[in-house]
Amino acid sequence: MAGINGSMAHLSDSIFTTSIAVYALAMVAYTAEYAFGRRGRIADTAVLAAPARELVGAGGTVLTKDTPSDIPSVVEIDPTTGKRSFADRAGWLAVALTVFGALLHTGSIAVRAIAVDAVPWSNMYEFASVAGLVGVVAFLGVLWKAPSIRHLGSFILLPVVLMMFLAGTVLYSKAQPLVPALQSYWLAIHVTLVSIAEGALMTSAVLTALYLVKVRHDRLSGKPGYVPGRVGTLASRLPAADVLDKTAYRIVAFAFPLYTVAIICGSIWAEAAWGRYWGWDPKETWAFIVWVIYACYLHARATAGFKGKGAAWVNLAGFGAITFNFLVVNIVVSGLHSYAGLS
Amino acid sequence: MASALVGGSVVGTIWRPIRQTWRRLTSMRTALILLFLLAVAAVPGSLLPQRPLNPDKTTSYIKTHGALGHFLNRIGAFDVFGSVWFAAIYLLLFISLVGCLIPRIRLHFKAVARKPLPAPRHLNKLPESGSFVTAVTPAEYATVARRTLGRRWRVVTRTEESGAVTLSAEKGYSRETGNLLFHVALLVALVLILIGHLYAYQGTRIILQGADQGFCNTVSQYDNWQPGRFAAEGKISPAPFCVDEMSKFIATYTSEGEASQFQANIVYRRTVDSAPEKGVITVNHPLRLEGDRVYLIGHGFAPEVTITMPDGSVRHDVEAFVPEDATTFLSDGAFKQAGPAGANKDVGVSGFFAPTPQTTGNVVTSIAPQANHPILGINVYEGDLNYQGLPQSVYSLDTSKMKELGQANLAVGETRSFKNGVSVRFDGWVPWASLQVSHDPSQGYLLFAALAMVLGLLGSLGVRRRRLWLRLTPSSDTTGPSPTVVAVGGLARSDSGNFSSEFSALIERLEAAGQPAGIVPVKE
Repeated sequence: MAGINGSMAHLSDSIFTTSIAVYALAMVAYTAEYAFGRRGRIADTAVLAAPARELVGAGGTVLTKDTPSDIPSVVEIDPTTGKRSFADRAGWLAVALTVFGALLHTGSIAVRAIAVDAVPWSNMYEFASVAGLVGVVAFLGVLWKAPSIRHLGSFILLPVVLMMFLAGTVLYSKAQPLVPALQSYWLAIHVTLVSIAEGALMTSAVLTALYLVKVRHDRLSGKPGYVPGRVGTLASRLPAADVLDKTAYRIVAFAFPLYTVAIICGSIWAEAAWGRYWGWDPKETWAFIVWVIYACYLHARATAGFKGKGAAWVNLAGFGAITFNFLVVNIVVSGLHSYAGLS
Repeated sequence: MASALVGGSVVGTIWRPIRQTWRRLTSMRTALILLFLLAVAAVPGSLLPQRPLNPDKTTSYIKTHGALGHFLNRIGAFDVFGSVWFAAIYLLLFISLVGCLIPRIRLHFKAVARKPLPAPRHLNKLPESGSFVTAVTPAEYATVARRTLGRRWRVVTRTEESGAVTLSAEKGYSRETGNLLFHVALLVALVLILIGHLYAYQGTRIILQGADQGFCNTVSQYDNWQPGRFAAEGKISPAPFCVDEMSKFIATYTSEGEASQFQANIVYRRTVDSAPEKGVITVNHPLRLEGDRVYLIGHGFAPEVTITMPDGSVRHDVEAFVPEDATTFLSDGAFKQAGPAGANKDVGVSGFFAPTPQTTGNVVTSIAPQANHPILGINVYEGDLNYQGLPQSVYSLDTSKMKELGQANLAVGETRSFKNGVSVRFDGWVPWASLQVSHDPSQGYLLFAALAMVLGLLGSLGVRRRRLWLRLTPSSDTTGPSPTVVAVGGLARSDSGNFSSEFSALIERLEAAGQPAGIVPVKE
């Protein structure tokens, strides 16, 4: 086992901090677009005209190679000046900053990998960083297919930045070589799959929360004497409820099989490392709970009386369980998966 | 059946509630609620200490929580996954699933065997519809359309009374196939897990480095033995193997004292009669034998001592000490040497082993897990070791019928003499490893069931179910460039989210395929 390259580890930390700052700037730009733009309402109608572009396809591949020509133009022209509006420029700046932030973020993870000479997701700090990156990349992927949701960027970046901040402060642990139990190629496979699945499920949860806001807004705004409050104004600029719901579902349809494979890989590893494929270790138990809740979500969407709002709450409960599994089970509950790196 | 009988008949009153219960149990809503209950019921299993995982912690939890602890104990909260109510939930779910699957499998077989339905009269009333004209005759276009749709669509061509040709196309059968495959594989997996539990066994054994410490795979030679219900004593399968010797145990540490590798080099025989082979067991790489796996799950130090007994006889002893602290490996243990029966001349030594000792005043602790000039701290007793004659822990001493002769902290090679001619010499130490032997006859099959589940999920969540109809009618202008009018209607039977754009792409392809090169398509 090679030792730790201290200067590389230090470099990784600096890039990590920079990427948080860049994401934060991107959030400001997204918020500017959201606040000053008419995108929201335009997106609403545009999306209604050509509902729910497919985001994620069968077997987890991002599909639809043919970039359809009927995507509503994202460039918003100010009719009086003929120039692109402030909000539009803010939006594009935000996307550019997000891409830049994601590149830095990737760089920080890559440098950390060089520093520890292993896959850099063996403790909470590293896992949070990787899952955050997956969340951002998932959002950029969605954006690629459905540019009309661009103004929602800050909703995705907010949890990512919060998580990265938490990772960099509370959960931070120094670059360390792997303990014997983690010295397995399954670390790369199992944890990568988990972080991709959970990053995607986070994006789904954000869209689901927005869906609930939108549904409530739609219900209230139909009533006479409705005066939109702060949330109402926000909600009027969201894409149609139906689009949010279906997009959230497509992401789960992609992430659920992935999460299943991740658990199976974890079992194969547990069989080699601990002598049994399943032992109700707290982490395993919560993986089971998360899996069952998302199974509930998929069933709820097909059951009368649970469709729509009911299923949406189940989706949020699933993400709540993921969060619990990540934070509480790692920090408070002790078990075989205690690799938090906190002491 | 019940409906055929006169209302109020005995059969009717018994049969109807049963049937209703069965219907309710196998409904999707019930399955959903049970699934949710399963998730909720698993929660205490992760938050409360569980007896099968951590018996000591469970016992102390019950002690410190008084009445609440006893109540939780009574309802099985300390063994959630073996409790009656957890079993009740998954058994109900199991039954519900079987009841739901059987009719669905039957229906699916019918659906697969059935030809796609004839075209509805008004295609433009379907969720998606469109039409175009084409330059070829209806019969010719029918061939073109079949070719364009390709193999993924199942197509049936029919001719209506009016002379119009219709094409009924359907695709995405593998969605339901995948869905059913997933659920059937899930049921199979549950059965396999059950079989595994019944026939599995697990034994652990501490083995010291060096000769004459081996063991064979028989129940009596394990320190700890956990059999499944049917893996009864003596039924260890296949033929027992033997671990004859751990020739070397290697623990490597980084400069910061973090463990980086553990490795046990062993000599073993696959069966009692086969030739000895050399093997290496590391943390992620068990020794895999036919039906059994041998794991390295722990390690520690076993100090060696020479004890001079009150009668002058000299005894050599080496005992595994249990690490009390996982980071410093400060370990506890005991040596027991029996004198003549009833003479009250037994010698007992309880002590600690500090691999990398640090002395502050009179107190010795350990600061690192590697052995680096270790110290053996001892308390020496004389008297009756086991006055009750009951089985005892080998790691601790019952000193209630013994008197203390003295204490000492010994470095390797040091001897300390006590009263009554008793002396103890710290000769050195050997490493020990804890090996776990696991047997689970079903786990290989379970992996296949799990892979089938994933395959099923991919079909069930990735494939989209679509229906499409085309009606080819000769246009009134039979001699013109567009002799056929094609009306198309489509229906999404799942994942309708993207169907509009899917449909418009499809209709574009169908239209383009019907145009001979050079003819400009004319829209109606």
